Amino acid sequence: MTERKRLQLTTRGEREIVMTRVFDAPRTLVWEAFTKPELMQRWLLGPPGWSMPVCQLASKVGESYRYVWRGPKGEEMGMGGILKEFVPPERIVTTEKFDQPWYTGECVGTIELAELNGRTTLTQTLRYESREAREMVLKSGMEGGLGMSYDRLAELLTATVAK
Amino acid sequence: MEPIGYGQSPLDATFAALADPTRRAILARLVVGEASVAELAEPFAMSQPAISKHLRVLEKAGLISSGRDAQRRPRRLEARPFAQATQWLESYREFWEASFDRLDDLLDEMQQKAPRHNKRLSARNKRR
Repeated sequence: MTERKRLQLTTRGEREIVMTRVFDAPRTLVWEAFTKPELMQRWLLGPPGWSMPVCQLASKVGESYRYVWRGPKGEEMGMGGILKEFVPPERIVTTEKFDQPWYTGECVGTIELAELNGRTTLTQTLRYESREAREMVLKSGMEGGLGMSYDRLAELLTATVAK
Repeated sequence: MEPIGYGQSPLDATFAALADPTRRAILARLVVGEASVAELAEPFAMSQPAISKHLRVLEKAGLISSGRDAQRRPRRLEARPFAQATQWLESYREFWEASFDRLDDLLDEMQQKAPRHNKRLSARNKRR
């Protein structure tokens, strides 16, 4: 019985977006996958067809990191920032800014890993500089039209309610 | 689609409306089709006035509307503001879902190489 694991994605307060996901692996392994560039380049790729040619990680507070993704048509998307907190194997805090930002100010990303019975829960929080900045982020996907079908909506709501 | 001024922030009303689990459950019910207040109140251990209060919040956020039938006044879903508030989240979700599914495979591979996790691993293989 292989159930598909659910990603929970929601807004919190006025400035945050929060994501949680459970992994069937101990925390130390998940931590490795988040802190070794050669591992990260194998999974942090988004939709099929994308690669991650640049993955420079920081391991000391104050250092900078940088990611670049390359799409199927050769398009590139880059982002980077500064490492603010680094507490193995449970917590990483970074600032993050895309090369072509579509929101004002900097975003602070926090990754937290908690282990229970050999499984690891990841909580990723994005905290924007202002309510307006988060709103810009949330509105940014809208230009493509409102392509969401009712089926999709039902799926989304069920996923949210199933908490 | 009319531009939305950041000052007025109609998305705030949407997020506030979606923040409550009862209201999300009401919306999930309305995805299936319109329903009266009594029908909506049924699955909850809540009075009709309490449900009506939630419905007012949802209506104010533009997420639902009331039908014309004077007796039942069925509520129905208005998908548009909901889609506005969630479309970015959806593409973000797609990015991370695809990435995390890959990470699952990678973690499996890493566990196979780490002998101290063998017990868990064999239990899982049996299930497959």
